[in-house]
Amino acid sequence: MDLVMQYLVTGLTVGSIYALMAIGFVTIYNITGILNFAQGEFAMIGALSCVSFVNLGLPMFAAIPAAIILTAIIGFAVERTVIFPVRNRSVITLIVITIGVSTFIKGLGLIIWGTSPRTLQPVMKMGPIQLLGAVINPQSLFIFLTVLLLLAVLYVFFDKTFIGSALRASEKNPRAASLMGINTSSMSALAFTLAAALGAIAGIMIAPLTDATYEMGFLIGLKGFVAMVIGGVNNISGAVVGGLLLGVIEAFSGGFISTFYSDAIAFGVLLLMLFFKPTGLFSKATGERV
Amino acid sequence: MANLLEVKQLTKKFGGITAVDRIDFSLEEGEVVAVIGPNGAGKTTLFNMISCFIPPTSGEVIYKGERLTGRKIFELAHLGISRTFQNLQIFNNMTVLENVMMGVHVKLKTNVFSAGFRLPTVKKNEEIAYQLALDVLEMVELKDFMYKKAGNLSYGLQKQLEFARAIVYHPQLILLDEPMAGLNDAETNRMAGYIKELKKKGCSFLFVEHKMATVMELADRIIVMDFGKKIAEGTPHEIARNEKVISAYLGEEAF
Amino acid sequence: MAKLDNVLYGHLWRPFASLMVIVLLLPLFVKSSYILTVLILIGIYSLISIGLSLLLGYAGQISLGHAAFFGIGAYVSGVLTAKYAGSPWIAMVIGIVFTWLVSYVIGMAILRLKGHFLALATMAINIIFFILILGLDEFTGGASGLVGIPSLSLFQLNLGNPLYFYFFVWFIVFVIILFSMNIIRSNIGRLLRSIHDSEIATETLGVNVAKYKVIIFSLSAVYASLAGSLYAHFISFIAPPSFYITFSILLLVMVMVGGVHSIWGAVLGTAIIMFLNEWIRYIGQTYFHISGQVEIVVYGLIIILVMMFMPKGLVDILERLWKKIKSVQIKGAEKRKMTTEKGA
Repeated sequence: MDLVMQYLVTGLTVGSIYALMAIGFVTIYNITGILNFAQGEFAMIGALSCVSFVNLGLPMFAAIPAAIILTAIIGFAVERTVIFPVRNRSVITLIVITIGVSTFIKGLGLIIWGTSPRTLQPVMKMGPIQLLGAVINPQSLFIFLTVLLLLAVLYVFFDKTFIGSALRASEKNPRAASLMGINTSSMSALAFTLAAALGAIAGIMIAPLTDATYEMGFLIGLKGFVAMVIGGVNNISGAVVGGLLLGVIEAFSGGFISTFYSDAIAFGVLLLMLFFKPTGLFSKATGERV
Repeated sequence: MANLLEVKQLTKKFGGITAVDRIDFSLEEGEVVAVIGPNGAGKTTLFNMISCFIPPTSGEVIYKGERLTGRKIFELAHLGISRTFQNLQIFNNMTVLENVMMGVHVKLKTNVFSAGFRLPTVKKNEEIAYQLALDVLEMVELKDFMYKKAGNLSYGLQKQLEFARAIVYHPQLILLDEPMAGLNDAETNRMAGYIKELKKKGCSFLFVEHKMATVMELADRIIVMDFGKKIAEGTPHEIARNEKVISAYLGEEAF
Repeated sequence: MAKLDNVLYGHLWRPFASLMVIVLLLPLFVKSSYILTVLILIGIYSLISIGLSLLLGYAGQISLGHAAFFGIGAYVSGVLTAKYAGSPWIAMVIGIVFTWLVSYVIGMAILRLKGHFLALATMAINIIFFILILGLDEFTGGASGLVGIPSLSLFQLNLGNPLYFYFFVWFIVFVIILFSMNIIRSNIGRLLRSIHDSEIATETLGVNVAKYKVIIFSLSAVYASLAGSLYAHFISFIAPPSFYITFSILLLVMVMVGGVHSIWGAVLGTAIIMFLNEWIRYIGQTYFHISGQVEIVVYGLIIILVMMFMPKGLVDILERLWKKIKSVQIKGAEKRKMTTEKGA
């Protein structure tokens, strides 16, 4: 029982991170129709730049926002310089170009930060907490709270602010939104900026648990994809559930089957989802009006 | 004459809405049948069910005594049924000639291996395709454009091209989804001419169309739909005087 | 209609013969065994990129998992020859047949997906394959790799000699180019291009689109498997990192940079990226003292720039340049003709 609780806590912790990544994917995908393969690199930039800011002597509470803002700016710049000019090209071009962005950013990360892993000190400097038989790392608690807080903020943003509803309108129906006078081009930039910021937060939060390297973006990005697919590509709450679920699946398969194969199982789940529960995944070909 | 196509109690429901409601009709060999009706009458849904693009909720389509419903889209061409599209589906990046040669696919027996090893059948097949394509291009007056990229043609010529591609393998039944949409008068007349010419050769047509003059000129029989139901069926002459039809169309468009 | 082929598809022999001359003459100028190795690797990787060109450029289906099929070929060959002392040629055939089966089943399952989700599914397959070869270390040697793969020999000829192996690999490349070109220059090639333009229209013309997508997917997987077997026998040591997604991405870059709509583009792209790779590594190490995969910055930049400014790749630019030169020549000839006529 204790073990189950422990896996659950671990799974939900990691799952919250995946959820943040997945929200980033969903936001960009629904506004621009692009699955941003560079999303994971935003997490890498967030984590590593945060380490650098701390090393420069900034206190943690300043380093974190600085890293998030820096990443958001990079997200914005990527959208303006690379994505926006090619937005009407074929899906394959878009896939390849975001892979290019991802590779480029990863390479920059390598040049700036080198190959050795960097450690980020956890925000909460206290001992582990015992709860219902599980040992909870304070960082996990911090991650939970942050994700909860972020979800609340995102809810208010999407539901109560004008920009948020404009963003949502552009997700649902870009054409109608642009007819309503919403500038869908700036929505695309906003989506990338927001997704980059979320990615940065995910990276910063996971860094104290796993260490940060220039390569960390790839796997965390892919996990975000899986979370998005599990939850359904069209809604943010689905992405959150998908992320948590993936985290839990991984923790339990790691605990009860083998940690070695837990990644394989995660991607096996992705394939199974794609084969058997592809709601929202297939292109509209069959229902298309011809 | 034998029935080539029979539509029996064909019904499609989308959620709570019945888009097509128990439609019955048949098409004889060599006949040209038009389906008309106001916008939203369910014509396109009916058309897509007949061409196996969407499955019906109930009812079935019979072709030459065999059930058509439930077949895969690609099987239809092998049975001798062609179709065109309302919103044009030509291969933009291929030449006009290649577009039409694609239409010959069902007559060719090349597979990846015979092609890869360049067996003699490949060349023979290419020549068959080329010859058939040339004949049709001649007929629809596109021969001068045969090495042009299809995407660069005018809309009217593209429409002709799509038609040519659909008829190149000598199908028996040709389904046309608004063949005249977007064409000017001269182009409409030309298209009508091709249809008549093929009819003489024994081809049957089922088409959905908005332009009444064309329908009256071409169709042997007309099916009128409104709100998913068949409200009338008859010769152009009968339909033109049918009161139900006139009231359905009142305020829609002029006869 | 003897020339129907050329009318429809342009000339095949001109680029074919040019490449052949280059391949035959290069060893005369290349004295360093290091560059010969690069040339051999270009040949091996070209086999994969040619398949990807068929899949991506003609049938319009993306794959970010071909490193896995490359790996299947390499590991089947490697394990059967190094561990069980089997015949390399039989192992190669077993690898091909096995890859065909695996890719056929995978293809049937995933080729219903489109665009982004197809890319994602192929990546997932690549990752699962990677983890499997790490995990099945009893056979594959796991993370420490598989050593002692013998080199090939053909009749009495020892293909362990790099020069012989160079000719052997490029001979296979030419066979594969010819086979692929034959496919492209038939109604099958036309059909693949038409799938790219409009899947639904292709289907109504009587083409079982799903079947052809799977066939081409498997064919490209088989090319990759063949390349894998050759690679294993050439390098004699294989380890999992060579078969990870990073390599799948690199393959995609090669095809896109060269020009996805042309088999020549695939070969050209492979050659350019390989030389670029070596060059960057050299510059990085000699002048900047950076180790690791710094070349990925440049790759990333190249992908972005090529996709933004020349999405049809280098081969398209070369073709346009060639046409321009020709038209200038023709105009020049006409001018000369005119002046001579005037003079008369």
